[in-house]
Amino acid sequence: MQRRCFLGTAFVFALAAANPALAAPPRLAFSELYARIGVMGTSFSPQVLKLKGQRITMRGYIAPPLKAEANFFVLTRVPVSVCPFCNSDADWPADIVVVNLKNPGTLAPGGRPVEVTGMLDIGSSTDRETGFVSLVRLNQAEWREL
Amino acid sequence: MLVKRCCAILLALWGVQASAQAIYPIDRATMVVDGKFDFKVEFDGVVDPSSVTITVNGQPYEKVLGAKAAFLPNEDNGKASSYILRDISIKHPGKYEVVATAAGKSMKVNWEVYATGPRTAKNVILFIGDGMTVANRTAARVLSQGIKEGKYMGKLSFDDMPRMALIGTSGVESLITDSANSMSAYTTGHKSSNNALGVYASRAKNNLDHPKVETIAELVKRKTGMAVGIVTDAEVEDATPAGMVAHTRRRSDKSEIAEWLFLKGADVVMGGGSAYFLPKSTPGSKRKDDNNLIDLFKSDGFAFATTATELKSAVKPDTRKLLGLFNTGNMDGSLDRFYLKGGTVKQFPDQPDLTEMTRKALEVLSRNKDGFVLLVEAGLIDKASHPLDWERSVYDTIMLSNAVKIAKDFAAKNNDTLVMVTPDHTHGLSLVGTIDDNAKGTEMRDKIGVYEEAGYPNYPAPDKNGYPPSVDVSKRLAMFYGNFPDYYETFHPKLDEPFAPTVKNDKGQYVANEAYKNVPGAVLRVGNLPRSADTGTHTADDGVLTAMGPGSERIHGFMDNTEVFRTMVEALGLGYDGKTKGKTPAKPATRR
Ligand SMILES: [Zn+2]
Repeated sequence: MQRRCFLGTAFVFALAAANPALAAPPRLAFSELYARIGVMGTSFSPQVLKLKGQRITMRGYIAPPLKAEANFFVLTRVPVSVCPFCNSDADWPADIVVVNLKNPGTLAPGGRPVEVTGMLDIGSSTDRETGFVSLVRLNQAEWREL
Repeated sequence: MLVKRCCAILLALWGVQASAQAIYPIDRATMVVDGKFDFKVEFDGVVDPSSVTITVNGQPYEKVLGAKAAFLPNEDNGKASSYILRDISIKHPGKYEVVATAAGKSMKVNWEVYATGPRTAKNVILFIGDGMTVANRTAARVLSQGIKEGKYMGKLSFDDMPRMALIGTSGVESLITDSANSMSAYTTGHKSSNNALGVYASRAKNNLDHPKVETIAELVKRKTGMAVGIVTDAEVEDATPAGMVAHTRRRSDKSEIAEWLFLKGADVVMGGGSAYFLPKSTPGSKRKDDNNLIDLFKSDGFAFATTATELKSAVKPDTRKLLGLFNTGNMDGSLDRFYLKGGTVKQFPDQPDLTEMTRKALEVLSRNKDGFVLLVEAGLIDKASHPLDWERSVYDTIMLSNAVKIAKDFAAKNNDTLVMVTPDHTHGLSLVGTIDDNAKGTEMRDKIGVYEEAGYPNYPAPDKNGYPPSVDVSKRLAMFYGNFPDYYETFHPKLDEPFAPTVKNDKGQYVANEAYKNVPGAVLRVGNLPRSADTGTHTADDGVLTAMGPGSERIHGFMDNTEVFRTMVEALGLGYDGKTKGKTPAKPATRR
């Protein structure tokens, strides 16, 4: 795990050094999203409030898509598989991130560790097509497998 | 040859009938007198109402059922007609034959409507060990009581209840049930279908349009002054607690279920799932509207708690209504809360135990002089068995035993409380031996002891709560699930986070989660379930129900899950017409 982190960092560093114009956007970890997650709701961390509207990167796992032809996917801290009988499609962990893809149509495989870069958007929002409610989104996003 | 062809024709007819025509309640339905239900007749095509006759025991149905059904010529704009008559009941016990005929084609169902004797129990407490299998009980007994030279050093709290029965759990459409379907049978006395709660799954398109049947909570609220309590360690909107109040084809209607908890008059509601109580504008909400249900409960006089500490002080001597929400989603199980600190324990460090919730629920509900019906669900037994995480499932079985102990002590005071403990369905879990890290062999399977090689495990002695303080021991139980997707078997407890055996691949199939591939000794176990199964699945094996207290005399042998409803209804005398069935009408001991 540590090794993988190190490799990832090294890779980003090499990329930035080779092409200064592509300096890596700030990276946000799942653990840095919220100042508080509680029964009465959650509150965003000062860091998230500061980065709102900027292009950032996050690392996580692609969750099983809600439908076959989705133009967004759900990024999770740990790999999840959602049980159709024990959990409804609303039963995601509290700290998910919705990734709205810049190039819709490319269906993302589930369960893989990925790095996503996109515009950070926060606040409750309901997807008009699926009714999916999200708190944190990466818009105009691109992703790559780690 | 001829036989074969006849069979084919018969099968074809059967198929058409089963899918296209139906009467609800279904054939062989049993109902308590004056229990509410919706009556629906579905024809397999568009019919002319003048060609339709619907009779009950040979009379026009309106005469027996008391009202005229609405005719839907093209139900849901489809190519078939239906009749629906909502919210009716039958006042006289007996056998009822319902025949519906249109254009010479007819269908028929039989119902049994039963009365009950007088009330014998003041209170009913129903414990559901969700997904609790016999192996859960055995392993929980080994871990919490200990076993020496073949004899256990003690018993689980529900081991020595005087009544026991095997429970059949299958539903209308399938051998294998889910928790919605099976809880619905317990709470309504009617069979239902997977994902459905308090309804028959008809062909209606809208989740909320299906023919409804009354739940035990609605029945006691309508006919008595009893209080109702709903306690779970899953989300309070999850299938089992929802079974007390919900009427929907889809258990995922959690926003509606949260509202029903309030609207159906529950007096005590405790568990996880606060996300469906918060308005959409509050970060963390899973609602799609701006209703604030916590405010709604509070404004109706509910005491409110969000932690174990708050729960202690929230209940005042005069508290009669209590809402406790202790997690946005499912609460954490005892293994994580007390020992491993995985799951969401870091975010929710002060969650109460099922025992504390049971104690508080009893304290509040017992203030009602008319008695109460209390559901307590140990929901995480199932939530852990799905991802094949037997240690977490067994620790929560011990927690259930601790909670039942509190109810038994309560019941012992007056002997006026029926207590039942039962799973809603089972999992394919078995205890096959032990795993000894110090045994010879290079592969983990060589370290599995069976028969005399198994001996006994070396878990530390249980602490004061009945749990061994460590599951990570050198000689532990070997427990395996018989029905599973592809996964890496590590032969070890999952100490960081609950097990996540599979992930979905780009073909939409569930494959083994590679995160466990490099655990020393891990082997790929190629699944025996379809690749659409993300976790272990429920099984049709009977569940074991144990019971004590007035009304539990009915419990014996093999029983259908719908008879659990009947047992509660009989104990509470909810179908008692004042006439006796032979005996002197003892004044219900409970109506003091
Ligand atoms: Zn389940």
